[in-house]
Amino acid sequence: MGLTPKAISVLKCGIHLLGGALLGWLILAVQKDYFGADAAKELIKYCGRTALEFLFLTLLISPLALWTRTPALIRVRRLVGLWCFFWACLHLLAFAALELGWDLSLLLGEVVKRPYMLLGSLSWLLLLALAVTSNRWSQQQLGRDWAHLHRAVYVVAVLAPIHYLWSVKSITPKPVIYIFIAALLLLWRLYRRFNVTSKKM
Amino acid sequence: MGNRSWQQPTEQEVTPESLFYSRRRVLKALGISAAALSLAPSAQAALWDLFSDPTPPPAHREALNFQQPAAYRPDLPWTPEEKVIGYNNYYEFGLDKASPKANAQGLQTSPWQVVIDGEVAKPVTLDVDELRKRFALEERIYRFRCVEAWSMVIPWVGFELGELLKWVQPTSRARYVAFQSLYDPKQMPGQADGQFGSGIQFPYVEGLRLDEAMHPLSLLAVGVYGKTLPPQNGAPLRLVVPWKYGFKSIKAIVRIRLLEKEPPTTWNLAAPDEYGFYANVNPQVDHPRWSQASERVISSGGLLDVTRQPTLPFNGYADAVAGLYTGMDLRRSF
Repeated sequence: MGLTPKAISVLKCGIHLLGGALLGWLILAVQKDYFGADAAKELIKYCGRTALEFLFLTLLISPLALWTRTPALIRVRRLVGLWCFFWACLHLLAFAALELGWDLSLLLGEVVKRPYMLLGSLSWLLLLALAVTSNRWSQQQLGRDWAHLHRAVYVVAVLAPIHYLWSVKSITPKPVIYIFIAALLLLWRLYRRFNVTSKKM
Repeated sequence: MGNRSWQQPTEQEVTPESLFYSRRRVLKALGISAAALSLAPSAQAALWDLFSDPTPPPAHREALNFQQPAAYRPDLPWTPEEKVIGYNNYYEFGLDKASPKANAQGLQTSPWQVVIDGEVAKPVTLDVDELRKRFALEERIYRFRCVEAWSMVIPWVGFELGELLKWVQPTSRARYVAFQSLYDPKQMPGQADGQFGSGIQFPYVEGLRLDEAMHPLSLLAVGVYGKTLPPQNGAPLRLVVPWKYGFKSIKAIVRIRLLEKEPPTTWNLAAPDEYGFYANVNPQVDHPRWSQASERVISSGGLLDVTRQPTLPFNGYADAVAGLYTGMDLRRSF
């Protein structure tokens, strides 16, 4: 089944609406004290979780395209990935501003010393590389390397949920659920890879 | 009542509680009818949470009579009351900082029996009301430092734990004091989910060495900001040990037991390599996963008004308590 260009545009609009609505919700939630008397910590976590959710959505697109036999779905994947990067930037920005009060030496010191911060920073740097090279020009310039580079999204899908689990005081359901989802999305790919290879042989 | 040194709003400035809630009711009613016109019930529920006041009417808090000894009134800016009672770690009532305020208001805090037993000459069981009457209450302004690297300055009202212990007369075998929180999954929804829900076991238990417990800084708090504790801050009776990380200051105490041996403590059971029995605030000893060198101050400022300050050894109480630990390696006994 194909998708008309119009359907793709509608889908893209929907993705923008989703990303924007979540941002709107965040602003409203802060104003309404939904995060409690001191919003900083919850706000940072909310941005991080939303980035993860967009990452999962990105990784869900190719299975969806396969199951629904709609290869054209792939054409909205870049947009979802960019929204993931947007929320990852907000997460980092919120941490630097609201937790550290822009004490960037503290940020650097933390990154070097804390494994969970290291994983988070690495994830963000990888997402940055993917976002910067997400345009057609980079795709042409990089050729085959582009596909290799963009497999780094799988590395992020491993590192970022561990970053989340390591950042909290005790093992609570939320980060475990995020790790579980990431594991499902990655295992599906491994399984498929193995199956497709064995069929070829 | 002691003379108060802080500024309180005059009566005219404060909206009467009844009027406040009747306004809320009108807004809520409008919210329901507007939303009901256009949205499915599930969407309505989600919007409802956001646009309505997320917290139920607060539990009643009684004004307390107390002294204000000058020794415990350092010149520190107090964390505003709405942050002290709206930003809490209390996994019995949920994992987010706003959850306890939202979920704890129905907690039955009276009558409330407290058992004090173990290695004591005079074990007693009595209501917290009797405790409040028996011991002279004091207001003390203490720093409060969470192991998550945020801090507050809180005006507690309570009495010295040491006074209570002297009253029950510890035996010569008593070396530790164990504390236990209420276990009541019907009232504390977080307990119903068990360890899977929060990563810790219930009931919450804590402990101190006897000499720590006898230290004059160790406080049994029954109030905050001049009134009885709200449920989310540990009503009706909680421990406050200002030189230790906040998780030592156990809430909703139902039992105090004197022991010969070191008692188990909740966070130490959950992650022994991360949370020690002593849990003294120490900027030199980092949490294995994050730094303890500095802290974010929960101040009166808004979201963008961020204050970070260096964390002090023993949370600023080193002169008073460092002597308790002479000869100990505080890196090992963290």
